[in-house]
Amino acid sequence: MHAALEIKNVTHKFGEFKALDKVSIIINPGDFTVLLGLNGAGKTTLYSLITRLYNNNTGSIKIHNFNVRENSSNALKNIGVVFQQPTLDLDLSVEENLHYHSALHGISKVDASLRISEEIGRIELNEKLKSKVRSLSGGQRRRVEIARSLLHRPKLLLLDEPTVGLDIGSRQMILKHVKSLCKKGDLAVLWATHLIDEIDKGEKVVIIHDGKIIESGDVSKVIKKTKQKNIREAFNKLVGIKT
Amino acid sequence: MKLIIYFRCFKGIVLREALRFVHQKERFFSALVRPLVWLGIFAAGFRSVLGVAIIPPYETYIPYEVYIAPGLIAMIQLFNGMQSSLSMVYDREMGSMKTMLVSPIPRWFLLCSKLFAGVFVSILQVYAFLIIASLWGIIPPISGYITILPALVVSGLMLGALGMFLSSAIKQLENFAGVMNFVIFPMFFASSALYPLWKIEETSEWLYYVCFYNPFTYAVESIRFSLYSQINFEYGIGIIVFTIIFLFLSIIGYDPGRGNLQKKGGK
Repeated sequence: MHAALEIKNVTHKFGEFKALDKVSIIINPGDFTVLLGLNGAGKTTLYSLITRLYNNNTGSIKIHNFNVRENSSNALKNIGVVFQQPTLDLDLSVEENLHYHSALHGISKVDASLRISEEIGRIELNEKLKSKVRSLSGGQRRRVEIARSLLHRPKLLLLDEPTVGLDIGSRQMILKHVKSLCKKGDLAVLWATHLIDEIDKGEKVVIIHDGKIIESGDVSKVIKKTKQKNIREAFNKLVGIKT
Repeated sequence: MKLIIYFRCFKGIVLREALRFVHQKERFFSALVRPLVWLGIFAAGFRSVLGVAIIPPYETYIPYEVYIAPGLIAMIQLFNGMQSSLSMVYDREMGSMKTMLVSPIPRWFLLCSKLFAGVFVSILQVYAFLIIASLWGIIPPISGYITILPALVVSGLMLGALGMFLSSAIKQLENFAGVMNFVIFPMFFASSALYPLWKIEETSEWLYYVCFYNPFTYAVESIRFSLYSQINFEYGIGIIVFTIIFLFLSIIGYDPGRGNLQKKGGK
């Protein structure tokens, strides 16, 4: 079986600034992996390369064995993305936004309606389907974005700081929902965050700092390796935060 | 990838643009007010100052309002093209542009679809303008309402592609206002929209050449001739060439490997 995401030796520069330095990550189907890093560590740049918003200078990125640069169409078919910034059209209704996304993936209207009804049910927002996005709360918008990212049945879900700015209730609800998606099928998830409390023991973590992967593996192993009590202390030690 | 996939995507993008247009009624009215002010005030004031000789496609002396109507139609499309680009810069800053760019459908097709969607909206505005302009006595031959359509499509594509290229080159929304001033006004004034080229040639030869090679002149003249059910091949070919150039530049501008997004870090 191919890895859901295989990043090998990716380096990326903006002018003289090295945003990513020899980054390598493997995520298998069904994995829930947290990409942990401070603001400016390179998480968003990495996501932009995975989604081919721009091309990586060196190295390779494969999604289910499709190279993002050479076979971008097949690679992008398999990705669902929730960007850091909200990307819903505020002037359109939830349903119109979801139909627009379906069209961008070439899904027929009939199929799209069925999938929308299924996904919107999963996030318990059926009654908001006809509402303008502008009228939704931050948490509801995020849930809609997650539903949207799953409409084309991706095998890899990328979420870039999806809970930033949300209240604790919404954060927990979204986290629980995404984790349940992993458990149900073979959907792989890469969840970028700088919020350490979103990581549970037994999960996989990739720690990125100054564009480099400085540690990765099971949370318990990272804690053990750094000889710390918990992942917060392990992270602080790795990135050099003094407490 | 199957053709039906492309068609669904195209339909979705046009529908989204149409829905945005419907939801933003003020955009429709402001697009109409601008040319109507020029027609109702500027043209009324200048009709006694500027005489227009008989020039093709006109077969007789015409009032100034009739002369500037094609220029105002092109102005609607110019503003619409720039407004679509403005919304692309906004979408890019706000993030919603990313939703489109991560679609598995080739990026050139997505950009062309977005361009067509903008043209579709601008054509609705032009026909609304033509209906209101008939109150000022601007009544082309009935066939002109149909023969103008291909010219509107091509000029809309050219101006939209120009705006799209500019949007790819602009980093922030604030910079776009400056570009509007440096693009829209020079393009509009240094063209045949307000005065015939021969009049400009009488005044200044170098300005004549600026106006003659201005892509906007090609849009204005193509619209002018087609509104009177005539074809001017020189302008027709010129506008197609400009459309191809601007489209090519905008596709390069949005190319993830070579374009401006790469240089700016996708911001």
